[in-house]
Amino acid sequence: MNGSVILQQFLTGISLGGAYALIAIGYTMVYGILRMINFAHGDIFMMAGYFMIFSMAVFPWYVSIPVTLAGTVLLGVVIERVAYRPLRTAPRMSVMISAIGVSYLLQNLATYIFTAIPMAYPSIPFLKQIFQFGSVSASLVTLVTPVLTIVLVIALMQIINHTKAGMAMRAVSKDMETAQIMGISVDKTITYTFIIGCLLAGVGSILYFTDRMTVYPYSGSLPGLKCFVAAVIGGIGSIPGAVVGGFLIGISETVLVSLGYSTFSDAFTFILLIVFLLFRPTGIFGEKATEKV
Amino acid sequence: MKKDIKKRNTILTIILIGIIFAYMLILQLNSASHSYAISIIERSAIYAVVAVAMNMLTGFTGLFSLGQAGFMAIGAYVTAILIIPVESRPTVYYVNGIAPWLANVSLPWWLAMLLGGLIAAGFAALIGFPVLRLKSDYLAIATLGFAEIIRAVIAAPGLNQITNGSYGLNTIPGYHSIFTPVIVSIICIALMVMLLRSSYGRAFTAIREDEVAAEAMGINLFKTKELAFIISSFFTGIAGGLLAIYMRSIDAKTFQVTLTYTILLIVVLGGLGSVTGSVIGAFLVMGGQEWLRFFDEPLTIGGVSIPLFRAGFRMVIFSILLMVVVLFWRKGLMGGREFSWQGLINLFRRIPQLFRKKKSGEGAKNE
Amino acid sequence: MSEDILRMENITMQFGGVVAVDSLSLHVGEGEIVALIGPNGAGKTTAFNCITGVYEPTNGRVEFNGQTMVANCPHGKMKKTYAGSHAGEYTEIVSRTPDKITALGVARTFQNIRLFSSLTAFENVLIAQHMHVKTNFLSESFFANAAFLDKMKTKPKARQEELDMRERAHELLREVGLSDVENEEAGNLPYGIQRRLEIARALATNPRLLLLDEPAAGMNPQETAELSAFIVEIKKRYKLTVFMIEHHMDLVMKISDRIYCIDFGKMIAEGNPKEISSNPKVIEAYLGEADHAENN
Repeated sequence: MNGSVILQQFLTGISLGGAYALIAIGYTMVYGILRMINFAHGDIFMMAGYFMIFSMAVFPWYVSIPVTLAGTVLLGVVIERVAYRPLRTAPRMSVMISAIGVSYLLQNLATYIFTAIPMAYPSIPFLKQIFQFGSVSASLVTLVTPVLTIVLVIALMQIINHTKAGMAMRAVSKDMETAQIMGISVDKTITYTFIIGCLLAGVGSILYFTDRMTVYPYSGSLPGLKCFVAAVIGGIGSIPGAVVGGFLIGISETVLVSLGYSTFSDAFTFILLIVFLLFRPTGIFGEKATEKV
Repeated sequence: MKKDIKKRNTILTIILIGIIFAYMLILQLNSASHSYAISIIERSAIYAVVAVAMNMLTGFTGLFSLGQAGFMAIGAYVTAILIIPVESRPTVYYVNGIAPWLANVSLPWWLAMLLGGLIAAGFAALIGFPVLRLKSDYLAIATLGFAEIIRAVIAAPGLNQITNGSYGLNTIPGYHSIFTPVIVSIICIALMVMLLRSSYGRAFTAIREDEVAAEAMGINLFKTKELAFIISSFFTGIAGGLLAIYMRSIDAKTFQVTLTYTILLIVVLGGLGSVTGSVIGAFLVMGGQEWLRFFDEPLTIGGVSIPLFRAGFRMVIFSILLMVVVLFWRKGLMGGREFSWQGLINLFRRIPQLFRKKKSGEGAKNE
Repeated sequence: MSEDILRMENITMQFGGVVAVDSLSLHVGEGEIVALIGPNGAGKTTAFNCITGVYEPTNGRVEFNGQTMVANCPHGKMKKTYAGSHAGEYTEIVSRTPDKITALGVARTFQNIRLFSSLTAFENVLIAQHMHVKTNFLSESFFANAAFLDKMKTKPKARQEELDMRERAHELLREVGLSDVENEEAGNLPYGIQRRLEIARALATNPRLLLLDEPAAGMNPQETAELSAFIVEIKKRYKLTVFMIEHHMDLVMKISDRIYCIDFGKMIAEGNPKEISSNPKVIEAYLGEADHAENN
């Protein structure tokens, strides 16, 4: 394997990792606040893919992108409203089952509406431009993804650390009841969290599918799980952690595929998860929590 | 008085069992014309085993494990590999050939199934060490991950000569009689019920109720959870074997996460912590999936075709049902209780009362 | 003087940089009723958790019945950040999970009742006997509920065990006066009864030492008086040693043989009820605050 091949793989890995990182942030934020795995997040990401396909059929790309993002955000907020909010005081297992139910529903709904046959993802002309660096060639999306990811994460960190809404999010994730007593509207804060998470998932979806070129009803389920793993590895609740985890998983997946172990690339993610849960259950950036008796 | 009720219940139970077996006998004797009903009953019985096994973990021990599809895959593959007739193996493994040491190894179906269950249990024992220390949602995602790993291993090219990789296995000899899968399922469920009713089963429930208190009462958390996990996986493996024989051809895609979700739906619908609930849930879900098939067919009323009815609509209805149960009817059908004749009788007695109450309620409104 | 059944030696519990219990040493003699008092947040429950294996103490040793039950010394990361005293005095590390400690004969109740709330009172007591089950899960599954074997002269061991456990659960509930709520769901019982049931459940593990974490919390004076009599009675009947955390001074003064008072994780006084009630340090730390609390 020569240098340019390695560089090529590295670029692909970073690009995939960037998309994963954006989705992983959604998981980590929701988990940080609601202490639940939003099993439907991967399917929201899949639906965003379909939204893009249909809006591109009508609008030019610069209109389609905001339409897609708006649709994704709306979907996420509706799901939270209908499926999670009524269960706020219910046992954690019920909420998790509800999330699995939503995931199941979205997959079946997508199969019903769009059929199980993979649909071609429209190409956004400027993202598909090919660049040539010596013997390495890459489409623009490969370069845009990591850069955009970093920019969005920095912006997000600013929001969380320096705005009132961000402060509310931090407070609710530390202690929901106390935050409520302090006059923070928990429901509103959770809605904001879903808006941000879905917005990033929408961006991630555009970048991911531009690279993959097809969408089908189950194309969100495995990437979704992988991104949750990324969030766990990075330390659940930590946004930089989710980014690092996303890149780690994206790069290792690309490496495994390029070495010819593509059947194991999915399994590897879970092996990584189990190794982390065993030796560093709080992840790379996670805090330790003790249970009170 | 108490004895009378007991006697009545026994008689009712015997009558019920008699009716069920008579019905199955009728189906069996006319199996050609009833193949559809037979197939639904067989499938429901098999899913009932997995559902009870999952309930043992989720509903009784409070361990939210999502690895069912993986353990079923192990059971199914072990059973299938060992019972495919030796003479048809070259055709099954026509691409890669079968490993020489395996080529002539063949077992009777029940022994193969038992072995499948034991291997699944063995895997569970190994997996349990790292995984059972985790808290609820981490446990769910880790077991789900393990199921995916198992699936990846089965489909791996390195195991082509054993599992036939992505080509899957076929020409698995099927059931000759409806009684075979039904009786095996009944035995499996009975064994699980017996365990759940023993002191070990009570220890499971204690862990579900309060881990800290259970530990303070001298219950070893890890050992007890491991026991529940191993036993549940054993029966899940057996159910996988049953499913392989039922389906007659399997591949790694049969055992995707959706399979686990379907089982979860059965358990939730029937009620977490209720064995009879899971059994009833299995028959409702499997029967319902068949019955709802008309949703997938184009429907025309008076020459106007209703646009909603086409392929996939059934599953949408189905997942909406699941959501309705989860959101509005969280306890499921049985809500942690078991079926009892007294409960059924009380239910029938309550029906007229319900109507009366409704009427009086309306009366109040009118005033 | 009777022999000590429990000895805590320089137990220190440090969470991060916070020392919750600071080199606490105390002893409880066989057959005594000893109370541990102190203001809220003084570290009483943490001390209990160190004895029962819920927490691993950072430093120190707990001896039960003449044997080391729990011991630890600062190791790993804690070595650098350890802020307590008596560092380097202990080298042994003995760690036991709560179930092992219960098996040695130490049972406990919890500050905020932790019953198996959707199970019946009877099942609660039955479960606490599970650790004594000797037959394996297979023979348990097959024979524990095999009622049709009851007419046999020699029943299978598992069946005999099950019958004995049930008998004992009935007996225990009768003795603590809960026979009439046997089949009620534990979570639906009145508060005072739940407290009593939690004690009955702890007794079902056959303890020699019973740790009660605020048994009278939330009780009115009459219930508290009943509880005092109850504790004295079970102590006698089951030949127990009782070590309890309690805020109700009338209960503590009435039944304890000795009292320890801690504040900010440190021992500030020790003595019999009379000595403690006149100890100025205790009055300042504890009773002063209790007055304050009453005024609220």
